[in-house]
Amino acid sequence: MNATKYTQEHEWLRLEDDGSVTLGITDYAQEQLGDIVFVELPEVGSHLDGDSNLVVIESVKAVGEVKLAVGGTVLAINERLADAPELVNSAPLAEGWLLRVQLDDASLLERLMDGNAYQAYIAEL
Amino acid sequence: MSAPGQSLKETPLHTLHAELGARLVPFAGYSMPVQYAGGIKHEHLHTRQYAGLFDVSHMGQIRVRGALDALERLVPGDVAGLATGQQRYSLLTNEAGGIIDDLMITRFADHLHLVVNAAFKDSDFAHLSQGLGADVELTSLSQQALLALQGPAAGAVMARLCPAAAALAFMQGCTATLGGMAVLVHRCGYTGEDGFEIAVANHAAEDLARLLLAESEVEPCGLGARDSLRLEAGLCLSGADIDAGTTPVEAALGWAIARKYLREPRSAARFPGHARILDEVRHGAARVRVGLRMRGRIPVRAGAELLDGPGRVVGRVTSGGFGPSLDAPVAMGYVERALAPAGTALNVTIRDTRHEVEVVALPFVPHRYKKS
Repeated sequence: MNATKYTQEHEWLRLEDDGSVTLGITDYAQEQLGDIVFVELPEVGSHLDGDSNLVVIESVKAVGEVKLAVGGTVLAINERLADAPELVNSAPLAEGWLLRVQLDDASLLERLMDGNAYQAYIAEL
Repeated sequence: MSAPGQSLKETPLHTLHAELGARLVPFAGYSMPVQYAGGIKHEHLHTRQYAGLFDVSHMGQIRVRGALDALERLVPGDVAGLATGQQRYSLLTNEAGGIIDDLMITRFADHLHLVVNAAFKDSDFAHLSQGLGADVELTSLSQQALLALQGPAAGAVMARLCPAAAALAFMQGCTATLGGMAVLVHRCGYTGEDGFEIAVANHAAEDLARLLLAESEVEPCGLGARDSLRLEAGLCLSGADIDAGTTPVEAALGWAIARKYLREPRSAARFPGHARILDEVRHGAARVRVGLRMRGRIPVRAGAELLDGPGRVVGRVTSGGFGPSLDAPVAMGYVERALAPAGTALNVTIRDTRHEVEVVALPFVPHRYKKS
């Protein structure tokens, strides 16, 4: 399995063997958002430009957005989140994954932090 | 909300909040706990089932001497008719009939005790001071903290610690001793549940909080749960659901207007904006505050415009969030009067997509006050 990469906006991305990327938010992000009550996911097959909202995550109090610097095509979404958005709180790196995308420019991954760099990054926040 | 660079005030429970793992946020110029480790949903549900302890020391407490009649020049409620120890919800109105703030008023033997909202306490004090005149003595009780114990177990907790308070009915207050500390207790709250608001000297506030938290039913709760609880209870947030451009009748707070002003002749009314407000009591207001339920699970937030079928703007959401007790999004807002009946279907646009929303009766969760 490929290493998981992290963005400064607290998303994680993992390159799968078929070249697609699975994406979610980090434990730090779910902790900051608090109790998640709704996850708005894009339609499978849709293409989203870089910097557009891939996912909107609503907690009791706050609204969080997931964006990527590059565009991509949505291959799959985590259907379980429609009825169980709290999975993003309880297992943000596993059952609480958000979606799988084919990135227009997969070199994005090379520019992201690895696990150690991300831990060092949030330690400074 | 505070300007950048402006230092935040702290309540006497600041150290305790940190010790309890609170997440602190700026609110009305104070650093306040929005939640503790358990999270908003847990705190909300715990309060509905047992009891939550909220630090509301940021609110303004004011003692007023010599103003029983004078205060009726500023509020539409009946103040002179209050019995000793009786508390009433009321409103400070402006000349246009709008709501400057909402407040609690209790009559005691030789003074009135007021509680006003944190965000407006300085302007309320100035407004009271100017409106009540020189014969009235106003004292800001800034040396007093305020704790709210809310939930169905609050009565049992107080029965153990402060029998005099446990004997109060809803909307009554008294002075008492709790754990050796002098307190001013009211049976009231902002959650729709039975509960108490306990004023205590700043220096004793942490001891009081620890004493209450030591009770098995009680957990600390933050402003996040306080907001979701009051929204489910259909209670207004001053500055959001009611403001200087909103009248009491529009806000569905007509019940807070003294009956004596509803009878003829109505010339007795002196409070600001009485002409418009009493006219609206009789003829209805153009728009009305209502409850709103989404058809799906997407929460609608304050500021969203409400649309009718053809897409005309017919109102606006003033409070919106998620109701943990209903496990569903809940909101309040204003709609044109013709669209106010429960069951009316409206639309709201959230991130460029239209969603269905239904007008429903308030409160979302029935009040469980201890009336007698």
